[in-house]
Amino acid sequence: MAIRRKLIAGIASLLSVLLSGGVQAASDLNMRPGVTETSIGAFDLHMMVVWVMVAISVVVFGAMIYSFIFHRKSKNPTPATFSHSTSVEFVWTIIPIIILVYLTWPAVKLLVKMEDASESEMSIQVTGSQWKWHYKYLENDINFFSNLDRTLAVDDPNYLLEVDNMLVIPVDTKVRFLVTADDVIHSWWVPDLAVKKDAIPGFINETWTNIPAEHAGKIFRGQCTELCGKDHGFMPVVVKVLSKDDYKAWVATKNDERIAAEKAAAEAAAASWDMDKLMALGKTTYDAKCGMCHMPNGLGMPPTFPALKDSRIAKGPAEGHIDIVVNGKTGTSMAAYGAQLTDAEMAAVITYERNAWGNNTGDTVQPADIQAFKAGN
Amino acid sequence: MSDHHPTGFTRWLYTTNHKDIGSMYLWFSFVMFLIGGAMAMVIRAELYQPGLQFVEPNFFNQMTTMHGLIMVFGAVMPSMVGLANWLIPMQVGAPDMALPRMNNWSFWILPFAFTLLLSSLFMDGGAPNFGWTFYAPLSTTYGPPSTDFFILGVHMMGISSIMGAINVIVTVFNMRAPGMTLMKMPLFVWTWLITAFLLIMVMPVLAGTVTMMLTDRHFGTAFFDAAGGGDPVMFQHIFWFFGHPEVYIMILPAFGVVSEIIPAFSRKKLFGYSSMVYATASIALLSFIVWAHHMFAVGMPLAGELFFMIATMLIAVPTGVKVFNWVATMWQGSLTFETPMLFSIAFVILFTIGGFSGVMLAMAPVDFQYHDTYFVVAHFHYVLFPGAIFGTTAAVYYWLPKWTGKMYNETSGKIHFWLSMIFVNLTFFPMHFSGLAGMPRRIPDYNMMFADFNMWASIGAFGLGLTQIYFLITLVIAIRSGKKAEDKQWEGATGLEWDALPSPAPYHTFSTPPKVD
Repeated sequence: MAIRRKLIAGIASLLSVLLSGGVQAASDLNMRPGVTETSIGAFDLHMMVVWVMVAISVVVFGAMIYSFIFHRKSKNPTPATFSHSTSVEFVWTIIPIIILVYLTWPAVKLLVKMEDASESEMSIQVTGSQWKWHYKYLENDINFFSNLDRTLAVDDPNYLLEVDNMLVIPVDTKVRFLVTADDVIHSWWVPDLAVKKDAIPGFINETWTNIPAEHAGKIFRGQCTELCGKDHGFMPVVVKVLSKDDYKAWVATKNDERIAAEKAAAEAAAASWDMDKLMALGKTTYDAKCGMCHMPNGLGMPPTFPALKDSRIAKGPAEGHIDIVVNGKTGTSMAAYGAQLTDAEMAAVITYERNAWGNNTGDTVQPADIQAFKAGN
Repeated sequence: MSDHHPTGFTRWLYTTNHKDIGSMYLWFSFVMFLIGGAMAMVIRAELYQPGLQFVEPNFFNQMTTMHGLIMVFGAVMPSMVGLANWLIPMQVGAPDMALPRMNNWSFWILPFAFTLLLSSLFMDGGAPNFGWTFYAPLSTTYGPPSTDFFILGVHMMGISSIMGAINVIVTVFNMRAPGMTLMKMPLFVWTWLITAFLLIMVMPVLAGTVTMMLTDRHFGTAFFDAAGGGDPVMFQHIFWFFGHPEVYIMILPAFGVVSEIIPAFSRKKLFGYSSMVYATASIALLSFIVWAHHMFAVGMPLAGELFFMIATMLIAVPTGVKVFNWVATMWQGSLTFETPMLFSIAFVILFTIGGFSGVMLAMAPVDFQYHDTYFVVAHFHYVLFPGAIFGTTAAVYYWLPKWTGKMYNETSGKIHFWLSMIFVNLTFFPMHFSGLAGMPRRIPDYNMMFADFNMWASIGAFGLGLTQIYFLITLVIAIRSGKKAEDKQWEGATGLEWDALPSPAPYHTFSTPPKVD
């Protein structure tokens, strides 16, 4: 008896878990309607097709199930002998065509609207590269990289959907995105805006959004949706929407930040750094920017991502080492970091690579060396 | 005398017998099915819960890539060629395939092609990791060194497929028994004839694609590199010009299979035979003008998107005709539900569900939301697993008595069916939801909001994997110690293989052509 009671209790608790899981999941069983006119249009069209398909299923599967029950051998030992009917076949060719026309018309209207990026009020260039996004505001002198925030734990609600620098756009403004890529094909997707466009190296694609004013202050999250290599799953798209006033303030802050950063970088570059300071900044920078491929222990993942420990470049002349970090290496995943890091960061990371993991060259590379290299470029 | 055949290993190596070659194709595809399935288990284990547990992202990408390549080129396509080899000569009353030596060669290329492809897993830099669609420049400039082995492997598979297709066409046109007019051929022969034409038209396109990759990688061309005046999007156009007909190459023979099985267990002639033939041909023709519906997000001009959207939606019409014909065949029939019939019915229902999501994906403005998410993964697995693979499974149960002279255990067959039915839906149905919720495909790790769906899909996948082992055991038991099959095992079966041949079919059949009236 005790066993039976336990069994019943076990099944009951399992069921309650399943049910609660089911209820929880039920809230996101469907596509999200999103917030823009086009995303709501896409959602409505989606629902329309779903219901049409449900109706067709009821008819077709209903007829099949009726057959299974009433036309089984035990109920209907003598099969009918008909094997064609021109009129019936004509009817079930015409009806699907009518249904398709019914579905096509709203789809064409919506598509025409989605593809019309004209009369936009501002433009942002979106550039994908392995494995981050770069945003450049064409009307303002603002541009920045947007990297995955790797500090979040798995149970964080924004795990894999959080970045260091969000794209910021104003409400009630037709924003045009010019989407392209540096290396392989990526795809820029924000589900709530129903914007998905491939970022193709060498080509520029155009898409747009216009977010109604009531969504000011909200954050929308998406991901890269075209396989782009190892960390394809780790380059989210995060868009923050601000009211027009807040957006203006944000642009002003960004400008001040840029001026301050340029000044700080110039000061840092002018200073002479000692080994410890270079190694400390180098390690932080390396772990954040280089460690994903070359690995924190410098062993890399050869042959795609070569080891830096005992590498010819890291132990050879500093000139070659600086060159590859500043300019990258064409035809490989090694990106050009010349514009992504400050001169001080670059000097530090190169110093770190030349002295960590037993490379022990004893070299220090100063920010001034980087400046000199860039000047000679 | 007609049952005399060589023995030992050389029987299989040197054979020109369509039945031996058919068996080798079928066993080969089963082995590939298990290998590709094992890779799916790795993928589903990693995706069982959020966080990286078992494999690192680069290996995950190798698994998704190899799973796709092995299942498409190693499991589904060879299984269809195996069925063609076994059945077409018997169904048209021919003594063998028209080009038996080429037949031998087209099979024996495959083990080498796949050894080459699989060996890339053990190479420096690992196996191909750019998805089975191998989009440039990820597969060209950024591809691992093993990409060249992949290119050579694809060339070899392509040669094998083209030779197999030529063999089918020549056999059907030249080897039919007197009186077997084209419009009297069993539908399986018709669907395979049309498939063979598709193969001959698109496999060279695939060969061209991988050759351009090879020259881009090593000989300084820039077909797919914008920096050299090329175009990465052109890769996708060429690939999908192959890739979309390829989808029908995998499914049309399965249409043929269920068009044989449903009438047999309904004890009623196939409804609308000629409209079935025309519908199959229309699907094949349409398949050449819809390729860019895989590429709505690449930034095509509006006119292009409209054209490909409408052309794609049109495919629903001939496909609908086929489904309605199957339902009408069952209507007022005298139905029984043996294992082949169960798999065929599941085929019709689940393939139709895959067709529904296909129409949804065809609609460009909503496709922007579905594209490259798990919704797409759900869609094509619904047409491939309960479509192509259930079709092949139904065929194996249906013709096993004819091939081996032994019957499988009906209870085992039914258990296999119900396990497959439950697990296939448990695996792939939740993927619709994770896709709609916004989960991109081909990612090794994901946010908590997708966790429930992925857990269900993984549990389903493990069950589905084990079910295939059960299938293997059922088959082996049937072949070794099954009950003796009757010459006409199924009451409602029709066709030369059932009416004019004993079970098992002798090693040489129709040395003198049968009479067809």
